Amino acid sequence: MSEPLVPIIERDDSGPYLVGTRCRACEHVFVGPREACARCTERESLESLRLADSGRVYVWTVVHRSFPGVATPFIDAIVDLDDGSHLKGTLADIDPDAVTFDLPVRVEFREEIPAGETLPYLTYVFVPSKETGDE
Amino acid sequence: MSDVYIVGTDMIRFGRLPERTVPSLAAESALLALDDAGLGIRDVEALYCGNLGQAGGMVAQRILAEIGQTGIPATNVANACATGATAFHNAWMSVKAGAYDTVLAVGVEQMGKGLLGGGRSGPSPEGLIGSNTMPAMFAQIGVEHMRKHGTTVEQFAKVSVKNHHHATLNPKSMYRRETPLEEVLGAEMIAWPNTKLMCSVNVDGSAAAVLMSESKVRSLGLMDRAVRIRASEMSSTPFAERQLAMPDFSAATRVAAERAYERAGVGPEDLDLVELHDCFATAELVHYENLGLCADGEAGKLIDSGDTALGGRIPVNVSGGLLSKGHPLGATGIANIYEISTHLRGEAGDRQVAGARLGLTHVVGGGPGMGTSCAIHILERV
Ligand SMILES: [Zn+2]
Repeated sequence: MSEPLVPIIERDDSGPYLVGTRCRACEHVFVGPREACARCTERESLESLRLADSGRVYVWTVVHRSFPGVATPFIDAIVDLDDGSHLKGTLADIDPDAVTFDLPVRVEFREEIPAGETLPYLTYVFVPSKETGDE
Repeated sequence: MSDVYIVGTDMIRFGRLPERTVPSLAAESALLALDDAGLGIRDVEALYCGNLGQAGGMVAQRILAEIGQTGIPATNVANACATGATAFHNAWMSVKAGAYDTVLAVGVEQMGKGLLGGGRSGPSPEGLIGSNTMPAMFAQIGVEHMRKHGTTVEQFAKVSVKNHHHATLNPKSMYRRETPLEEVLGAEMIAWPNTKLMCSVNVDGSAAAVLMSESKVRSLGLMDRAVRIRASEMSSTPFAERQLAMPDFSAATRVAAERAYERAGVGPEDLDLVELHDCFATAELVHYENLGLCADGEAGKLIDSGDTALGGRIPVNVSGGLLSKGHPLGATGIANIYEISTHLRGEAGDRQVAGARLGLTHVVGGGPGMGTSCAIHILERV
């Protein structure tokens, strides 16, 4: 099985998921593991959780020029996940002109070969949620 | 406590200088700044040098190897795009604290071409998990402004038209060419909405300043051309909601600005000109609001009004800014201080802001998941 491209991707019997941390003191939800809360500075209040697998586009950009070997254009989106965390990722399977603020998206896991590598890694993308079809 | 003054400052013309070394670029502006003050390296009691590309390379010591090894303490500083301003801030603190009377601050960078960002080891997530390029990050900051305030692509593009126009009046700018709105909008798209002409120019360069205590300025009779440092303030990112997903350059700027205005006892309405961190056209409009040049949501209107162009109410980036003068990371913060000082001295030639008495410089840097660093200086004509 492919290695995760970034350490926030973990796996269990049900498949891959994104790991986050909730601060019980201030309720902030962070992407990835952490030892102290950057928001309220508490150190004993953190619990890890599975991040939500759906959310809405906060902002995006269409990247036309990237580092050598990286295929362009692609959409770089900042998504507000339904648990209140904020995640950066590539938004796939949509025409750049069709992206809107607050577009509903879900997190999908895929095997992809990073630029300059030969083997695939396990990564995540955002894709438009199904229910947007009837808008 | 007595004030600290700039008694000499200068920069080399920014450009592509691959045949030079980093210490030689830095030494050139250091000597120009000392000449401007009528001083020599033997008069300098400490040196602070800002550089990113060779942060582990003892650039401060190598400058002294070029211009005189007098045995003074020499400190190397790296702090993203605030590197040069941080070196200047450290120099200011050392004089303010009474440790030294005369201190040299130098900022230098040799950049090469290409996109900034990345820099991690292992397989690159670029493209698969969004982008770690600087243009993408600053594009999203502009898109956030569109989301909140309805700002248009044309309003962002006008920043480039203005700053490229200013640069035609600055002999030390990398580019000195007018770029009409259609040309800015029609240039190669880098990361929507920023086209190539809306991205800062990677150049090589250096800038330097000599800082001096009030008693020393008086005893040497240097007050005539001295510039008073009314505030030298820094900040790191206070917690900002989306900061780990998209670097937040606004929260840190607002904190530093508030501290600087308070320290100087002035407000944004008292400023005659501003050099702010226009690393991308989108950034300039966001910083109008962060620095209090207009109310939140009014930045689009402010660029439309022409008030931030030379001749307007509050000219911004009369030097041409990072967009046209160029952005040699470690040098930028001191080059901005040189620009404001030159106007306050009434020596800015064709681009002189008439009657300039009070000016502000701003730089802010950072990267994805790293947080940000901001430095703001308020300078006053003596
Ligand atoms: Zn907390």
